[in-house]
Amino acid sequence: MVLQENLNFRMVGTRVPRHDAAAKAKGEQMYSDDRDMPGMLYGKVLRSAYPAAILKGVDTSKAKALPGVHAVLTAKDVPVNQDISKFGQMRDVGGGFEGLYKVLADGKIRAKSEAIALVAAETEEIAEEACRLIEVDYDVQPGVFDPRIAILGTKGMPDNGYGWSAVDCINKPESKDVYLVSSEDDSNVIMRTKVENGDLEAAWKQCDVIVENDYYTSPHDHAYLETEGGIGWMDDDGVITLRVGTQVLEHYRTIAKVLGLPHTKVRNIGVLVGGGFGGKEDITVETYIALLVQATRRPVKMVWSREESLECHSKRHPEYLHYKTGATKDGKIIAQDVSIVMDGGCYTYCTPWVQMYSTINGPGCYAIPNVRCQSISTFTNNTFSSANRGFGVPQTNFCYERQMDELAAKLGMSPYEIRKKNVMKNGDPQHTGFVTQGHVALDELVDTVWQKLNATPKPEYLPDGRKVGRGIACGMMSYGRLCFLHDSSRVALRIELDGSITLRAGVPDIGGGQGSVLAQICAEEFGLPISDVHPFVMDTHLTPLCGTTTATRQLYMSGNACLEAVKPLKAALARKAAEIIKAEYWPPRSEPGYEWEPDVENILGQLEFHDRKIYYAPDPQKAVDFKTVVAHVSNEQGELFNEGQFNAPAIEVPDLSNIKGQILPDMTYTAHGVEVAVDEETGEYEVLRVIAAIDCGKAINRNSCEGQVEGGAIYNLGWLREDLCWRDGVTKANKFSTYLIPTSADVPDVETVLIESRGGVGPYGAKGVGEPADNSITPATVNAINDAIGVSFHTTTIRPEDILFALKKK
Amino acid sequence: MTKHEITLKVNGKLHELKVEPNELLLNVLREKLCLTGSKYGCGIAECGACTILVGGKSYMSCLVPAISADGWDITTVEGLADGDKLNPVQQAFVDNSAIQCGFCVPGMVVTSTALLLDNPAPDEEYIKDYLRGNYCRCTGYVAMVKSVMDAAAKMKCDQ
Repeated sequence: MVLQENLNFRMVGTRVPRHDAAAKAKGEQMYSDDRDMPGMLYGKVLRSAYPAAILKGVDTSKAKALPGVHAVLTAKDVPVNQDISKFGQMRDVGGGFEGLYKVLADGKIRAKSEAIALVAAETEEIAEEACRLIEVDYDVQPGVFDPRIAILGTKGMPDNGYGWSAVDCINKPESKDVYLVSSEDDSNVIMRTKVENGDLEAAWKQCDVIVENDYYTSPHDHAYLETEGGIGWMDDDGVITLRVGTQVLEHYRTIAKVLGLPHTKVRNIGVLVGGGFGGKEDITVETYIALLVQATRRPVKMVWSREESLECHSKRHPEYLHYKTGATKDGKIIAQDVSIVMDGGCYTYCTPWVQMYSTINGPGCYAIPNVRCQSISTFTNNTFSSANRGFGVPQTNFCYERQMDELAAKLGMSPYEIRKKNVMKNGDPQHTGFVTQGHVALDELVDTVWQKLNATPKPEYLPDGRKVGRGIACGMMSYGRLCFLHDSSRVALRIELDGSITLRAGVPDIGGGQGSVLAQICAEEFGLPISDVHPFVMDTHLTPLCGTTTATRQLYMSGNACLEAVKPLKAALARKAAEIIKAEYWPPRSEPGYEWEPDVENILGQLEFHDRKIYYAPDPQKAVDFKTVVAHVSNEQGELFNEGQFNAPAIEVPDLSNIKGQILPDMTYTAHGVEVAVDEETGEYEVLRVIAAIDCGKAINRNSCEGQVEGGAIYNLGWLREDLCWRDGVTKANKFSTYLIPTSADVPDVETVLIESRGGVGPYGAKGVGEPADNSITPATVNAINDAIGVSFHTTTIRPEDILFALKKK
Repeated sequence: MTKHEITLKVNGKLHELKVEPNELLLNVLREKLCLTGSKYGCGIAECGACTILVGGKSYMSCLVPAISADGWDITTVEGLADGDKLNPVQQAFVDNSAIQCGFCVPGMVVTSTALLLDNPAPDEEYIKDYLRGNYCRCTGYVAMVKSVMDAAAKMKCDQ
């Protein structure tokens, strides 16, 4: 735990509006679909009609003959159609971490969302018509849609309404009698990994109570309001330039590779993203647009429809899990054994990385001496799974927090008591043996939420007859990327002659204020209003690369890079300011009024930057204008420009057979308290109240930080009711009228609690909050339902009918 | 297809336009009048990102054929502010950081403006119910509901 010195903040920690807020309120902010170009064509994707098939042939002749069609491309037209998927990392990590990726279908079709052909035409209607005219010869295959069946087949499967347990999938040999999803592999399995500590077999013998359950966590869509889209064109210097909403600008390298071009010939100018949540972490439209631009040499726009978006982009991994948890009668958990089966869907994408997160977080945020967490991921013919706010963590968090409540009930303890006895504290190692540097706030968070939740006695029923329940859950989730990726970020600053600052950063802003917060840090350091700092963001040819806006890493990585960029500039300005102040306010010895004369070093140590001035702190009358100092330094020493870099801790790829050591930089901890009302006649339940608490280390922008915590809570509250209705590889709920995300009318009162321990590894002791914010709300809600009606659910989709059936069975 | 001549008054300006029978009002606003503040979010009036005001009432422009809007007096999000002076709803959204990615915000501030025309003194439940046709995935609506409450209070003070 590191507590930094307490600075006298003027900008950091305030509720200052973001630099782009007014433009967004006025409808002036441009998103991916908001720019047109002269001569622009419209791009469309033809996707498979079946989730599993062998692609025998594609006849594009009729489509190509349609007037107004400029290009029809299939796999054979893509210079490099097969590659390994990368996510912005500069380092080749190899092994199973960079899976095969196909731009257009070739060989076996792996999912109904898979792209077979691309069309560019003069209007959207012509492009759609051309797609209809493409004749595809399919040899339809049975496919496999359950990851457990993709591993073990159906022979001998238990007839218990659940099917294979995750334990079976881990322990039994793979069946040879399974449908193979890909034409390139002889097994559906993507990866196996494990975390293990202590001696489980011996520990079970010492347990007084054991709770053992099978779980299922459902796929979850990001459902950002802006669908995937963008525009691309070829510049007069032959550079293919893209303006696309993405979380990963660095995909330009993959696009260049697919197109057979050097990296210098693809430029990715991002646009402010209309919501990401992980869904725009993988390549979406950008390769397709670039290929069509390359083929037509005309500007091309592609925007996916809502249906296309819901059917085709990644989902949160559906997981089948098995948890066995044992405790002594005094409530100390001494053993936990976890098995996880992950549905990776049709291609690898981020699956191995998400699996790392699920596995190392599997045993939960508790200090348990004997743990094992084993996981296996497989292909299926479902839409691919990849990043979704939480990256494999909410799935396991749901299960271990449900286990805690069942264990507490068996022991006759309260949910509060059992958590207090077992949560990790400062100095406790993670399950991989690593002791984090950052503060572990679980104890305070659980206290705070429990007290607030139970500030008034719980009524058993509401006046309208609904049953009331209260639940609590806590969780941990990392910020910053996997350490073996050797993550880094860069930010460049140039101080203009009028004292304003241009901040250059290749930071995709997906709505969290990722660009604005850097401006705020810069403004704090130089003592300027935020309006004096202009963030110029997202352009791979012009901005230093900040890395991906994923993994809750931007504030941590780019915030620290910004501080690095500030340091030498601030030092140069301070020295010059000290010289000017000395010359101006301490007259030379010969003049009357001379008392004493400090040296420059003495003044330098006592300077403060604020209100566009540099002050001599012991006597604030002695000050010099910021821009005066800027003018002096610029004249005498040259341009005030600096690029700062921050490197995260780096390790080698760990041994996957038993992961050890520092896998992630640090953790953010949360706790949620929920009050629900359940109608026992209809099964309908309403969340009445949410207490969302987080240790954010230090809130840089208080409004942005609270906004993440509120939005995150509602995001994963939605997970309980949102159902993609996957049926044999078909996404039945492909509209907002069937995929029901929370509306304003569904939202309870949310009380947000920010704990500021200053114990993070980000700037000023901040921790990342974006993803952790949606952890622990889902189990807290299900724990509350359990408290109300005495039914313990083991799935993340809970519809009114599920409650009714469960009540009937009770 | 035969083109039809229509007249639209948008943000106080008259426009005479030729449109095809299948053209949607949202596309006409975005592509012909370059008013890209109104957004496509679903295309079938389920998300509210395309909301505009017609005679003070909110409409989802993505389902309106442009020919049926002939003669309409429309205010889009671009018409809410007076130059750089934001309307009270917009200002409250900025002050409360009710804007994250901001994609839903044009529709959200238009609907909220219609709400306050309908009911200048709404309570929280009224606001939550009124805004339920406008989806937001980032904020959890908490800061948005507060913003509308703040805007109502501000407008009452200013009267």
